[in-house]
Amino acid sequence: MTVALKAETVGQKVAQAFPTAIITADKEAIIVPPDSLFQVAHFLKNTPEFDFDYLTSLTAVDYLDYFEVIYHLTSLRYDHSLVLKTRCYERERPTVPSVVSLWQGADLQEREVYDLMGIIFPGHPNLKRIFLWEGFPGHPLRRDYL
Amino acid sequence: MEVTEPRIPVPPAIEADLAEGAAINSIRETCKLIPDPDKWLEEELSRNIVVTTVDAVLDWGRRCSVWPVNMGLACCAFEMIAMANARFDIARFGMEFLRPSPRQADLLWVVGTLTWKMAPALKRIYDQMPEPKWVMAIGVCAISGGTFRESYSVVPGVNCILPVDVYVPGCPPRPEGILYGISLLHQKIGRSTIQGQLADKIEEWKQKMKLEAYLGGMWR
Repeated sequence: MTVALKAETVGQKVAQAFPTAIITADKEAIIVPPDSLFQVAHFLKNTPEFDFDYLTSLTAVDYLDYFEVIYHLTSLRYDHSLVLKTRCYERERPTVPSVVSLWQGADLQEREVYDLMGIIFPGHPNLKRIFLWEGFPGHPLRRDYL
Repeated sequence: MEVTEPRIPVPPAIEADLAEGAAINSIRETCKLIPDPDKWLEEELSRNIVVTTVDAVLDWGRRCSVWPVNMGLACCAFEMIAMANARFDIARFGMEFLRPSPRQADLLWVVGTLTWKMAPALKRIYDQMPEPKWVMAIGVCAISGGTFRESYSVVPGVNCILPVDVYVPGCPPRPEGILYGISLLHQKIGRSTIQGQLADKIEEWKQKMKLEAYLGGMWR
């Protein structure tokens, strides 16, 4: 059974490694701003203590005030998991750095989030629509679509 | 050195040979010559020939060997698979092959939700099928879009892009329902006449020729 790590304890260790980044952690997840997301993800993947080598899923939610991109991380070696979130308060061009260079599996899922939510992932090798066709107006899973 | 030639023995006319010859001769004498083949063919044919119209034969042939190409798009496809298997067994209706190739098929089953992204592929498959061809829309989503009618990604009914002959409602329809749809399609094929089709085609060609002649005259 995969053990869900306590986000608060992991968050403290991440905060020690990145003193300048604004990192908050609640019971379930670590929440970081998009600017320091890639650093934190890199840290979580490459620190031997955590070794999150597998991205289980990547998804996004529209809370009207902000977009939240959620990363479910798993370590196959230690069999533990963690939820990492980032919040993006811009509505026109929300931007979150891509993690494809860390986890290849993020490729399709970032394309899906871009297609349906309109969040842009700089650093993605092939960021274009995946479910809908080129020329489709808008991003249909946004709350203000229709 | 003396060379001795091999002696070839002359067989004597023994009784077995005589009996064989007698048997052959008796058969030849007692056999009856068969009359001219043309004559007995006429006699047989006069008892076996069936006179019918071309329509009836064509419709019968088309009706009894409809070859479907299956477009299983969503969950309704499982009902179609169940219908094709031994329990419901569409082989009883002469359509045991589900053709993956549209070029050998004359019935298109659209089974399930059609999305806009899939629509060009479906149109292309329909265009590749030879005439005459028929289309069955199976399931509510194929008929009208169903619950996804207002969705951004679903075609609101296959009849937006293809002419549909038989609609089978249900979410999903049971295999018996699809079989009933097939029997309705058989009735429809049985009613069709080549005369009507030909007349329509000829009228179409005439209009086209007229138009071309008219356009040609203009350009000249």
